[in-house]
Amino acid sequence: MRKMLAAVSRVLLGVAQKPASRVLVASRNFANDATFEIKKCDLHRLEEGPPVTTVLTREDGLKYYRMMQTVRRMELKADQLYKQKIIRGFCHLCDGQEACCVGLEAGINPTDHLITAYRAHGFTFTRGLSVRAILAELTGRRGGCAKGKGGSMHMYAKNFYGGNGIVGAQVPLGAGIALACKYNGKDEICLTLYGDGAANQGQIFEAYNMAALWKLPCIFICENNRYGMGTSVERAAASTDYYKRGDFIPGLRVDGMDILCVREATRFAAAYCRAGKGPILMELQTYRYHGHSMSDPGVSYRTREEIQEVRSKSDPIMLLKDRMVNSNLASVEELKEIDVDVRKEIEDAAQFATADPEPPLEELGYHIYCSDPPFEVRGANQWIKFKSIS
Amino acid sequence: MTLRDPCPVCVPSERPLSLSLSLSLSLCLSPRQVSGLLRRRFHRTAPAALQVTVREAINQGMDEELERDEKVFLLGEEVAQYDGAYKVSRGLWKKYGDKRIIDTPISEMGFAGIAVGAAMAGLRPICEFMTFNFSMQAIDQVINSAAKTYYMSAGFQSVPIVFRGPNGASAGVAAQHSQCFAAWYGHCPGLKVVSPWSSEDAKGLIKSAIRDNNPVVVLENELMYGVPFELPPEAQSKDFLIPIGKAKIERQGTHVTIVSHSRPVSHCLEAATVLSKEGIECEVINMRTIRPMDIETIEASVMKTNHLVTVEGGWPQFGVGAEICARIMEGPAFNFLDAPVVRVTGADVPMPYAKVLEDNSVPQVKDIIFAIKKALNM
Repeated sequence: MRKMLAAVSRVLLGVAQKPASRVLVASRNFANDATFEIKKCDLHRLEEGPPVTTVLTREDGLKYYRMMQTVRRMELKADQLYKQKIIRGFCHLCDGQEACCVGLEAGINPTDHLITAYRAHGFTFTRGLSVRAILAELTGRRGGCAKGKGGSMHMYAKNFYGGNGIVGAQVPLGAGIALACKYNGKDEICLTLYGDGAANQGQIFEAYNMAALWKLPCIFICENNRYGMGTSVERAAASTDYYKRGDFIPGLRVDGMDILCVREATRFAAAYCRAGKGPILMELQTYRYHGHSMSDPGVSYRTREEIQEVRSKSDPIMLLKDRMVNSNLASVEELKEIDVDVRKEIEDAAQFATADPEPPLEELGYHIYCSDPPFEVRGANQWIKFKSIS
Repeated sequence: MTLRDPCPVCVPSERPLSLSLSLSLSLCLSPRQVSGLLRRRFHRTAPAALQVTVREAINQGMDEELERDEKVFLLGEEVAQYDGAYKVSRGLWKKYGDKRIIDTPISEMGFAGIAVGAAMAGLRPICEFMTFNFSMQAIDQVINSAAKTYYMSAGFQSVPIVFRGPNGASAGVAAQHSQCFAAWYGHCPGLKVVSPWSSEDAKGLIKSAIRDNNPVVVLENELMYGVPFELPPEAQSKDFLIPIGKAKIERQGTHVTIVSHSRPVSHCLEAATVLSKEGIECEVINMRTIRPMDIETIEASVMKTNHLVTVEGGWPQFGVGAEICARIMEGPAFNFLDAPVVRVTGADVPMPYAKVLEDNSVPQVKDIIFAIKKALNM
């Protein structure tokens, strides 16, 4: 975050050593903010919804642009590393869904909590981990955020509970985190995410019931990207109105490709929870460009035309960029500079992730138990022993 | 799925039953047989010793920990206003209220997940399963969300949770309500699994489990809930803890080592009493913890007695006794064995209902005695 703000201020202040074109950019007058119209959300059991206009400041706009571009580039780099077999196993990419992770973060506080499933790299970044730590975890190195022990689906940070591999299991976990928020009485809330596929899991309905019964400050968020692996929503759900599936829980259907829409809806939902009214449900209508995971080309169950259409008409980064340029919040050149900077950051991170060594073998047995004295863990046979420390 | 009526054998009462009567209930022996056991087994203690049932011991343990740390709370079906399906949490809701003692709907997977999430966020939940049979609905949360998380996060995210409830066979509750989960949970790295036998065990282990920063599965036993034991003075202290991972030698002996956990420990002690009259002195080890297993105590005993019999209520295949056999074979005690290890287990069938069939599906004292004599080649 600080690096990004420094980059922005560099552009604004136009430091002397920059080439002429940059000085030109810096001296141009931008608007401080602009007001935009956003799509009205469909409502379920709500009299009113989020506002239909919002103010975007230049500072926020540049921040969101940079964050979304970072997530985009990071995911594309992961794609590349996977094809080079430097990343192994599961790799579920979220390019196309950047407005969700960045927009949600924009609507909450760092002291709020968030949990999601396995398409988690974007959230890991927006919740505060560096691209370096994320890519190094994907490549299974000691510099990874989980020291190489977790991989793509098991990344954790402060107030970010992963990264969960079992579809739907994260939803009761999120309701439990919300229970802790209510128990502690500090006005914190928990954002509990799941996909359109997971939305049919029974345990989610158990979580809805208890969250509503006990008025837990939980925002249930269905990231509907239209496909649960290879199964389209029409083939999986008797009701595809995911925002209504909470039944007695009020819901919103949100344009998940528009970061401002996501932000406003999140602010609305967060205020609802903080007021002690109980849980609320948000469906973010979004789209993933990649297949379900790197083993899925993503074109056997949908057409390339469909993917191309979303890219050309609804790309979240393009939408924000157009808005900012057309409202004089930023210039095309300035945003290009951010692109260059982001590319460099990702490249550096990828270098690190490729060069960093794997975790030492001695650590295989570490972290079985918390707060315990060291003990021995059995290896592949009775003579192979690993020390386990907490 | 829910077992709403209290166990017909253990009638909760305000006054503890006399020790001999209650022991005879748990061991299915006549009071006269048991009083002999008592005279030999329990010395006249100083007046400070207290008679406490296993149920009361668990209740006290939870009460003390709820009082000590406001982050501790209990959730489960009927734990609050009903005082607990087996009355184990009697009085706690009245004392601590809705925030700390929470009645849940019948949603094991949901509320177990909620409990794990609360633990991840820093609270210290006690999640009760009405019986561990119902924990199967939630087993993914216990294993994948609780047990593995500290490891997957390389020590970043701990899960200080207790899963507790009655485990194993009861009386007349048939196949779907009688399974023992010691082997299943004991299989998984990242979990701690304890199995108390006596009141002292129950109190010390539940307190240690609650204070432990790891997911701990506490396998209680419904038929033991009503059984009173003498609680020695040190066990009456509010900081009385039994270390997880340490077995206890309940009876010293020289001819054969008997290892057991939970209710079968009573049967082993009775078998030991009977055999003592024949000049066979059994060393009875109460495992107390299934994982991490205290194999050292068992090994030291086997190196002394040269014979080993394991006794458990669960099924034989891939069970606790099977694991003990494997480890004894791999370790220093193997060379001290004068005979193969003998296992006494539940019968390899789903639990039948009819009394004669049920009685023969769980280890009885006569089965243990027979096994010991086989191990001693008598």
